[in-house]
Amino acid sequence: MWRDAGLVAAKDLRVELRSRVATNQVVPFAVLVLILFAFALDPDRGILGRAAAGLFWVTVLFSAVLAIQRSFAIEADDDARDSLRLSGLDGAGIFLGKAAAVALELLMLEAVLAVGVVVLYDVSLHDAALLVLVCLLATVGIAASGIVYGVVAAGLRVSDTLLPLLVLPVLAPVLLAATRASEAALATVPGDAWPWVRLLAVFATIYTVFGVVAFGPLLEEA
Amino acid sequence: MGLIVRFRSAVSLLGRFPALAGVDLDVGAGEVVLLHGPNGAGKTTLLRACAGLVAIGAGEAQVLGHDLRRDRRGVRRRVGLLGHASGLYDDLTVEDNLRFAARAAGHPAAAADSAMTRLGLDGRLRQVRVGRLSAGQRRRTAIASVVARRPELWLLDEPHAGLDAAGRDLLDALVAEAVADGATVVLASHERERADGLATRRLLVAGGRVVDGLLRGDQADGPAKQAEHVA
Repeated sequence: MWRDAGLVAAKDLRVELRSRVATNQVVPFAVLVLILFAFALDPDRGILGRAAAGLFWVTVLFSAVLAIQRSFAIEADDDARDSLRLSGLDGAGIFLGKAAAVALELLMLEAVLAVGVVVLYDVSLHDAALLVLVCLLATVGIAASGIVYGVVAAGLRVSDTLLPLLVLPVLAPVLLAATRASEAALATVPGDAWPWVRLLAVFATIYTVFGVVAFGPLLEEA
Repeated sequence: MGLIVRFRSAVSLLGRFPALAGVDLDVGAGEVVLLHGPNGAGKTTLLRACAGLVAIGAGEAQVLGHDLRRDRRGVRRRVGLLGHASGLYDDLTVEDNLRFAARAAGHPAAAADSAMTRLGLDGRLRQVRVGRLSAGQRRRTAIASVVARRPELWLLDEPHAGLDAAGRDLLDALVAEAVADGATVVLASHERERADGLATRRLLVAGGRVVDGLLRGDQADGPAKQAEHVA
C-alpha cells in the first residue's frame, strides 16, 4: 500500500510539475481571492485583521476544490482512469497517494497565502508552531475528504459542478475549527485553540481511515 | 495446456443492455485468439471483461485462475489491455508514463527502458510529453506500456489501428515474441488479413455471444467448425 501510495503521489506531483496548472492557475487564483477580500474590506482595516483567519481558510477551501478537481481531471484524459484501475495498484494506496499529492500542493499554497495575509491584512504571527499544526491537520482533512468525494463525482458528466456542492458542506467543520484555531495562533481573536485542534485531528483521522477502506470500491464505480 | 480464459454463459450488462449475453469461451495458454464480428457485437466488452474492468453479472468467468465474479481486481496486474484510448498521461513524458506503468505492475524501471528500446521510443521521443506526440507515436507508446507491464495475457483491441506499416510489422513481431515467452493473446480486429496471420484461432462474436470458431487452416468461407480446445 505504501509503495503504491508513493508511486501515485510521485506521478500526480510530476504531472503538476510538468503541466504547471497549480503554479500558473491555482496559486494566482488564491492570491487574487485574498486581494479581492482586502479590497472589499479595506475601508475598515480592523475588520480585515479580525477576519484574516477566516478569509485565509475560505481561500484555501476554494483552491482545494480546484486542486481536487485537477487530481481527477488528469485521470480522465484519454481513459487514464481505466489505466489506473488496470494498473493493479491497491485502492488504499491510490487514495493515500492522491491525498498526499493534493495535501502537499495545498501546504505550499498555504505558505504563499500566509505571507499574503501578513502583508495585505497587516496581522502578525503569535504562535507559529500552533499555526503549522493547524495547517497540517486541516490540510490532511481537506485532502482526504476531497479525494473521497472527488472519486464519487469523477465518473459523472457533471463532476465539475457537483464536486463543490459535495465537498464544501462537508468541510464546514474544518473551516470553523481551522479558523478558530488560527485566530488564536494569530492572536487576532483571543481563545483556546486546542478543542479546535482536536476537532481537526478527529476529522482528518475519520476521513483518512474512511478513504483507505472505501476508495477502492468507489473507484470501481466511478 | 491450461486454460487462461474460461467463460461459461457469462453475462455483462451495460446499464440494461446485455453487452455480453451468455458468452462461452475457452482460451488456452499460448494461444492467439482473434475475435471478429460487426461493430457493437461485444468484442471490446469481452476484452474489458477479461481485464476485470467490466462486471460479470451472471454465469462463470475465470481469467488466469481468478474468479471475476468474486474479485475482478486480482487479475489486473497480470493482464495488459491495449484499448481504443491510449490510457496515457498527456502531461508526462514517454519515459514517465512507461516507468509508471512498469512500476505499477511491480516491475523495475528497466522494464520500461527495454520497452522503449523495442518500440523505437528511446531516442528523442523519450523526453517528449505524450500530449505532443502524433497519433502513431502515441499508439506506439501505448503498446510500449503493455510491453513494459510484461503481462501474461495480452488483450488487444484493434491493435493495428493508427500504426504505419513498420509499426504494424513490429506489433506482429511483439505478439509472436510474447507468445514465445509464454504469454497468451486475445485480440479484436476488423483487419482480417493482417490479424489472421497472427491468430491461431478465430472466433466470431455477434449479439454479445461467441457464435463460432475456426482453427487456423480451416476455410474462412466454409461451414463453421466449432473450434476444439486442445487440452
